[in-house]
Amino acid sequence: MAKLLQVENLQTQFLTSAGVVRAVDGVSYDVDEGETVALVGESGCGKSVSALSIMRLVAEPAGRIVGGRILFQGRDLLGLSEEEMRDVRGRDIAMVFQEPMTSLNPVLTIGRQLTEGLEIHLGMQIEAARARAVELLGMVGIPDPARRLTQYPHQFSGGMRQRMMVAMALACNPKLILADEPTTALDVTIQAQILELMQDLSRRLGVAMLIITHNLGVVARYADRVNVMYAGRVIERGTAGEIYANPRHPYTLGLLRSVPRLDEPIRAKLDPIEGQPPDLTRLPPGCAFAPRCAYRVDRCAEVPALTAVGAPGHLSACWEAERLAKEVAA
Amino acid sequence: MTQPLLEVHDLVMHFPVGGGMFSKPAGVVRAIDGVSFNIRKGETLGLVGESGCGKTTTGRCILQLERPTSGRIVFEGIDMVTLDAAELRAVRRRVQVIFQDPYSSLNPRMTVGQILEEPLKVHRLVRDKGERELRVRDLLVQVGLLPQHAGRYPHQLSGGQRQRVGIARALAMEPALIVCDEPVSALDVSIQAQIINLLEELQARLGLTYLFIAHDLSVVRHISDRVAVMYLGKIVELADRNALYEEPLHPYTRALLSAVPIPDPKIEAKRERTVLRGEVPSPLNPPTGCVFHPRCPIAVDRCSAEIPPLREIRPGHWVACHLA
Repeated sequence: MAKLLQVENLQTQFLTSAGVVRAVDGVSYDVDEGETVALVGESGCGKSVSALSIMRLVAEPAGRIVGGRILFQGRDLLGLSEEEMRDVRGRDIAMVFQEPMTSLNPVLTIGRQLTEGLEIHLGMQIEAARARAVELLGMVGIPDPARRLTQYPHQFSGGMRQRMMVAMALACNPKLILADEPTTALDVTIQAQILELMQDLSRRLGVAMLIITHNLGVVARYADRVNVMYAGRVIERGTAGEIYANPRHPYTLGLLRSVPRLDEPIRAKLDPIEGQPPDLTRLPPGCAFAPRCAYRVDRCAEVPALTAVGAPGHLSACWEAERLAKEVAA
Repeated sequence: MTQPLLEVHDLVMHFPVGGGMFSKPAGVVRAIDGVSFNIRKGETLGLVGESGCGKTTTGRCILQLERPTSGRIVFEGIDMVTLDAAELRAVRRRVQVIFQDPYSSLNPRMTVGQILEEPLKVHRLVRDKGERELRVRDLLVQVGLLPQHAGRYPHQLSGGQRQRVGIARALAMEPALIVCDEPVSALDVSIQAQIINLLEELQARLGLTYLFIAHDLSVVRHISDRVAVMYLGKIVELADRNALYEEPLHPYTRALLSAVPIPDPKIEAKRERTVLRGEVPSPLNPPTGCVFHPRCPIAVDRCSAEIPPLREIRPGHWVACHLA
């Protein structure tokens, strides 16, 4: 399948009073057409900043993309002018944010927020745009869409607002949707609804998705491929099946083991990852996970590159990936 | 059997909404609508449900941060609802709380040491300054921090460390019962397990009793002895942990459990899923009969007419469903 998005050696930094924060530190990943790819990691690992970088929405002047390429359908988004980029945003690449209440405009009707993009990007007339908006709301399962168009975001529940965000993202038939923690702010039963909806629509319409999340469970069901991030770098990549069955990075293994699971017998004690998440202004030289790692060796003072391990397409950035594999299997 | 540490009888909390200074309220939010349960000494009762189900309000009533509309909250044999402010202060020391967000619940202008000393001063537990400092050191070590953390401010700590300070503050009062209101949901996955292990160690060492309020069903299963499921201000199911997770009897509990994603693609591919229709109705205007009936996959006519009482279907397994 053709590569839709290729992020190559992306580096995004923030200048803070405490020093330079290398939020994204040489990250590469790609998304095929129609594929669902996940970026998984904890707060501060750079997953959201990497998505904002794709949209060129990193807040300047504190934040800057200092290196790398973001190829979308072969075109480097970092080389586009601001006008050209505006055409890409919302039309070719759309975004679904975590908190629908703060990302919708509270003083515009739902209808206006849906039709604005249609009029600007697709040059639709008001009537046509309104008809399309009704269709979109129906598609995301909002009952009585014609009446709902005249309402404001505060009249929608959390789940409905997130459905509305999905409708907005789909409005201009994008090729790629970036979903940044799309269900984190929602209740479990509503989460399930939204995720099923997004999966169904992305398959039916052939839209690729980049899902950014900290929830390993969400990823298991919905992603084809998974990138695990830690301290601004991708540390493991593979198909969802591979990553869960044969994790080859101590951090991935630690994440999988630290969560209690409904399908497993209850353990006397959980196995947390010891220590604290890294301070991005004071990263250790070498592997950033080394201070918390049970597999640490002298060589970890050098940064390990992402290298192939086991199954095709499975990569890990760990010197001790082989030893880890043997011990997990044993 | 011994008397439970805490008994909640028919707790009701209604909040009036709308209306002005001179006009009557426009409506009533039925946040809690007749909730009863017991907590035995040394056990952990998990309280789960989605946002707006009343689980946090239940915790706040037990802490007496809200005065309930009606009902009784009997702690160590004393009904807290009837106490005046002075009597309450003495009881309150025995019932402490750990909040969800350790950042907004710690005073940013106080050092960790000052935060931990304050309750000792207010309640005149330790009058001597030197002894207080020793006690603060001891508390920090108990929760896995270092004595030198006493000089730090909350913003100098990580999320997990801040939650440890929140736990230490609760322990300072030597409580019998701790209401843990979503104590790990604001933390990163790799840190959650550390805090859960700490809570369990402290319980074993100090004989604490927990009311563990959370929306994460996997975490609640891990830590609880018994679990109560709330929906729209009512308990719909209450049972021993294993009974509830292995044989859930209420359709809402079943739907909740099936909605929890499991981090394993092979299992996920095979799992049956009950995706509930619609959303939680407004507690301003709850449905007639069983509050769950508009979303229930197995509802019959009777469900919209009659309120199902919480019945003990098997020993210790309580369900509020006509069809259970």
